[in-house]
Amino acid sequence: MFQILQKRKLNDSMTLMVIDAPFIAKKAQAGEFIILRVNEHGERIPLTIADYDREKGTVTIIYQIVGKTTMLLDQLGEGDALLDFIGPLGKPSNLTDYKKAAVIGGGAGCAIAYPQAKALHAQGTEVDMIAGFRNKNLIILEDEMRSVSDKLIVMTDDGSNGHKGFVTDALREQIEGGANYDVVVAIGPLVMMRAVSELTKKYGIKTIVSMNPIMIDGTGMCGGCRLTVGGKTKFACVDGPDFDGHEVDFDEAIKRSRTYYEMEREAAREFNCRLMEGAKNA
Amino acid sequence: MPNMNPKKTPMPEQEPNVRNKNFDEVSYGYTEEMAKNEAERCLHCKHKPCMKGCPVAVHIPDFIQQVAEGDYEGAYRTIKMTNSLPAICGRVCPQENQCEHNCVRGIKGEPVAIGRLERFVADWHMKHGKDEAEKVEPNGHKVAVVGAGPAGLTCAGDLAAMGYSVTVFEALHAAGGVLMYGIPQFRLPKEIVQREIDTLKAKGVEIKIDMVIGKVLSVDELFENGYEAVFIGTGAGLPNFMNIPGEGLVGVYSANEFLTRVNLMKAYKPDYDTPIIHPKNVAVVGGGNVAMDAARTALRLGAESVHIVYRRAEEQMPARREEIHHAKEEGVIFDLLCNPVQILGDENGKVNAIECIRMELGEPDASGRRKPIPVEGSNFKIPVDCVVMAIGNSPNPLIRSTTKGIEANSHGCIVVKDDTMETTREGVFAAGDAVSGAATVILAMGGGKEAARSIDKYIRSKK
Repeated sequence: MFQILQKRKLNDSMTLMVIDAPFIAKKAQAGEFIILRVNEHGERIPLTIADYDREKGTVTIIYQIVGKTTMLLDQLGEGDALLDFIGPLGKPSNLTDYKKAAVIGGGAGCAIAYPQAKALHAQGTEVDMIAGFRNKNLIILEDEMRSVSDKLIVMTDDGSNGHKGFVTDALREQIEGGANYDVVVAIGPLVMMRAVSELTKKYGIKTIVSMNPIMIDGTGMCGGCRLTVGGKTKFACVDGPDFDGHEVDFDEAIKRSRTYYEMEREAAREFNCRLMEGAKNA
Repeated sequence: MPNMNPKKTPMPEQEPNVRNKNFDEVSYGYTEEMAKNEAERCLHCKHKPCMKGCPVAVHIPDFIQQVAEGDYEGAYRTIKMTNSLPAICGRVCPQENQCEHNCVRGIKGEPVAIGRLERFVADWHMKHGKDEAEKVEPNGHKVAVVGAGPAGLTCAGDLAAMGYSVTVFEALHAAGGVLMYGIPQFRLPKEIVQREIDTLKAKGVEIKIDMVIGKVLSVDELFENGYEAVFIGTGAGLPNFMNIPGEGLVGVYSANEFLTRVNLMKAYKPDYDTPIIHPKNVAVVGGGNVAMDAARTALRLGAESVHIVYRRAEEQMPARREEIHHAKEEGVIFDLLCNPVQILGDENGKVNAIECIRMELGEPDASGRRKPIPVEGSNFKIPVDCVVMAIGNSPNPLIRSTTKGIEANSHGCIVVKDDTMETTREGVFAAGDAVSGAATVILAMGGGKEAARSIDKYIRSKK
């Protein structure tokens, strides 16, 4: 069992948890992920490692409440424990060779973009961070992101925080303004990563995306996380999760990510009903 | 006086049209009377040909004699001397190619049903017997076993019996490997696997789940932590695909994913959260046991039609005859001498058909089986909403890609010395599918046993 040491709401739908997992904390590197299972009847879901503390033996995860499993997870509080917490999995990001980088985070993706920016910043790379959210209320980790970047641009789709537009708008502006990035790291919803990759392809800037497909074991065994990258079949769990954004077949990935969409919505709806029921009876 | 009936005593089974709708075990197993009756068919040949066919050399005529005498507990102890997982082997071993293949009774009729008797004995023990955990004097030496599948569990069991302190590290959340995630409940109930694992634990074997060796701890760190030898039994856990168009469509599963969702993650039970597609029309590509398991699982999930698409003829199918027979009885359609060329989908990226080409058999290939050759212009489509690829697995690359000094061949199989199972790195041994590529439970167990003997020898030689 893996104890939840800290739980912090980041906004209405996003939560940060610090988990006691000394073995994983000792090995974790930026870009890697864990798989967790809340309870015996639960799914195994992958989540990227948002942070770790080798000395305290803790691993931080940030999740967005989207389905039954994340709802179930969000029912737990400090002192409770997760049944399974497995990792670190995947290949760590390799970003050592870059002088100047743009790190793009979209919504919950900022939770993963942030440690990437942190690692780049720590090694002396000049980092511009562009973070996008639907509206002002959803902004997370703003101070953290600011502390690890030379420039932080926060975009909101509806302009409720000032800069109105998508992350691609801000990125285009930076590139055309002569930002001269060696690399762009984009982490967020698939459609956002696809849009960023399409944009940077035009400018010939190397782009790394972090893929988070449907997955079970995370060790290469199930093959459920496969993607087409550069015309070849790759497994996100052992070949990734980072890939060259210009090579990823995003259309396929988007369709595959919706495999269980209806079932998941149904499960989430039922779970919500039960919660309401419980609240009524309480 | 032996029972001279040329046929095996039949084993009672669930009706095909009932069992293809539930996940309960297909065969009920022998009653005592049936077991005794079948045991009396054994001629007790002096040269014991059956034993030579068994990768772990179970003392077959001896245990059968005990069954005939009604000494079931004695029979269990006899089997246990060399086989640590009899309830499992009695169910999933390809006996027809091993012990039963060599049985003298098989010359003029059916061989003695050794597998069914083994299963009877193991099940009898589970119901009536007691597992007194024999306390072995600890010898003060530590060994790490990576992977809690058949190879690792056997190796661990044998080492524990010699007095070693053994820790098994498992990447998934349950021990058992392919026995848990691969072989379906209706062929191998998970309670039986769990029981065998509990027996090992009672013997003092420590099992640590959720530990991906190669990531969370390296092989080097295992040595640093005082383990004097490391056994690698990580299996063949990297599914193969055909590399044909359409394999990225929604509804295309590897057999591993499909079976793991159902077996390990219990997707067929409504009180589990694991989602799975409940397909109407399914094509399973492949002709091995895994393909049969996937096809029969799809039926049980409620599919209306399930096709096995296999590029050779039935005689060349690697699946056990019994599994093919069971699958046919349950209504699986066999499209033999057919090979998929592409998978087709709708505008939402969901599978709606598989296009195949007819094949004919040519000269034997390197495997000795006649090579299938496509018949030009014979393409046809099967409308399906789900395709399961069951065309084999390659060894999982995680350990060798993160550990120095462990050589693998071009197929990704770990290279070992035949007689000792020692890898190219000192103190590291390997067996099972990680070495052989996808094979059988019993061969993996045989390898695990061999490795346990070598590890013991290796550690004692260091003293």
